[in-house]
Amino acid sequence: MTRQRAFLGHLYMVLFMVYLLLPLLVMAGAAFNDSKLPTIVPWRGFTLHWFGDLFADQRMWHAALNSILVALAVVVLAVPIGTAAAILINSVSGRARATLYGFMIAPVLAPGLVIGISTVLFWNSLGHVTGATDFFFFNPGLHLSTLGQVSYIAAYVMLLVLARLQSFDQGLEEAALDLGASHGQVLRRILLPHLYPAIGAGAAIAFFQSIENFNVTLFTRGGQDTLTVYVFSQVRSGITPTINALALMLMLFTVVCAVIYETRRRRRAAIEAAREAEARRAEAAML
Amino acid sequence: MQDLLRRYGKTLTGFFVLLVAFWLLALIILPNFAMFEQSFRPYLPVTEIGGPKDFYSFANYAKFLETPFDTTFFGLPVTLPIHVLVFIDTVFYSALVTVITLILAYPLAYFLAKVASPTSLPTLLLLLFIPLWVSEALRAFAWYVILTFNGPLNQLLLAIGAIDQAVRWQQGVLTDYDAIVIVLIYCYVLFMLLPLYSAIQSLDTNQIEAAEDLGSPWWRTHLRVVIPHSKPGIASGCVMVFMLSAGSLLVPTVVGSTRANWFPQTIYTKFNDSLDWQLGAAYSMIFLLLCIFFVILMMRLFRVKLSDIAK
Repeated sequence: MTRQRAFLGHLYMVLFMVYLLLPLLVMAGAAFNDSKLPTIVPWRGFTLHWFGDLFADQRMWHAALNSILVALAVVVLAVPIGTAAAILINSVSGRARATLYGFMIAPVLAPGLVIGISTVLFWNSLGHVTGATDFFFFNPGLHLSTLGQVSYIAAYVMLLVLARLQSFDQGLEEAALDLGASHGQVLRRILLPHLYPAIGAGAAIAFFQSIENFNVTLFTRGGQDTLTVYVFSQVRSGITPTINALALMLMLFTVVCAVIYETRRRRRAAIEAAREAEARRAEAAML
Repeated sequence: MQDLLRRYGKTLTGFFVLLVAFWLLALIILPNFAMFEQSFRPYLPVTEIGGPKDFYSFANYAKFLETPFDTTFFGLPVTLPIHVLVFIDTVFYSALVTVITLILAYPLAYFLAKVASPTSLPTLLLLLFIPLWVSEALRAFAWYVILTFNGPLNQLLLAIGAIDQAVRWQQGVLTDYDAIVIVLIYCYVLFMLLPLYSAIQSLDTNQIEAAEDLGSPWWRTHLRVVIPHSKPGIASGCVMVFMLSAGSLLVPTVVGSTRANWFPQTIYTKFNDSLDWQLGAAYSMIFLLLCIFFVILMMRLFRVKLSDIAK
């Protein structure tokens, strides 16, 4: 009975994997089909010219550059904000903590279009209040996309850093202060090194979340393109398999990143396990 | 707070507070307030802003209830305002997507957390994560490729004889929203799987074995042991999937039929095409209220805290 159920479990998992991955493979396959429409049937022969078309598309390159610039700006803003928020919330308790936490988490649960619209309206109203309606900062553009994205991405960084702070021994900071370290040194030499793994993960998540973002960007971009908006407008206005070529490139990039991450993680885990085994042997030898 | 001052001094603490204040005020609280405020104002040309016509009213919200539209609701003929109808459809099909993803994801989450061998687990999770890293635009587009009239799905079904002639999936077979529901499930099922997986994983396996040893059939073990324990995961997954589905603009636009309207599309048309930002603000306030209502409903239903949902 149990074996039967385990078999069913395996079967379900395999079906699920196929369900998740097959559409992506179909999409990637269509990039090589010599047909004007993005499809794999009927197969009209193998071609690479959709990749050529893609590389020749200036608008795509421009959109990709915009995506990367926005993502970098988001990282630069969201990581310090999220880290500061985690340090701050870790030192308050009770009612104040719950309230702060609620406000910080709200944008994660809020739909992207609400964030987008509210960001545009706020900066635009600020323009009317100050009388500088033409000042570029108060009108839609990628800078507002950046701010809108930061409003919820900073919360992801905050959550990651806050989790890491739980394993931090504040006695270390006390010791450093007692030994005459300055406040800056305490932060730079004691606290931040402990937080680096979480900060690094936060930066990576911020970067990818920003590249992925569609809803906030669509409402705030003010006519500028990012990669997701470019894909969207191409799909809307009649498509050629260049989009499939782009999708394949992005997927390959993703898979390569994931595999590098996984192999590094495994190597580290293996080193850790070897060290532990050695420690155990040494302990046994001493007894 | 005292503690922070003692450890990091005035300058650094001030800097932390400044960063957080900028985030909370300029990026979260004031924008939402601006949206609230603008939603009561009329749409005016720039020169008339602040003039005699610029006063607060509920006119934008009243538009939500205008333009009656005849339709049938489970066979009953009713007349509803068109935007209310779109809103109800969006909520209904998003709820449907949420329930289906929960049913699809639960067995796999349980399998990954309790049955799969720990050595193969990282590879399995990695494979599962790949679609998550692929942008939503492309995931929706992948299904556009599959569902097109001459696409592989129709060809496959014709080849095995399941259908006699090609189906226009994007126009809908059962309802106008078929394609949207199919693709939303595909896009967001992982947002259900991951919170469920981490909730079930934190359950002590001994509890499951104890239930089995005491003669509980498998379905009762799930009903009385596993599911109650994974409530925070279920609540979190439901909130994520419902919000993402109801708020999706990409999927309905990429694969939706001409007869299927999704509420975010209505908002986008008002905001972007008619440039009526105030009406857009009013509609997105209505939408925000729906979302808050849903989060509170989930918190009550599963008796969980906000911090359990947002992890």
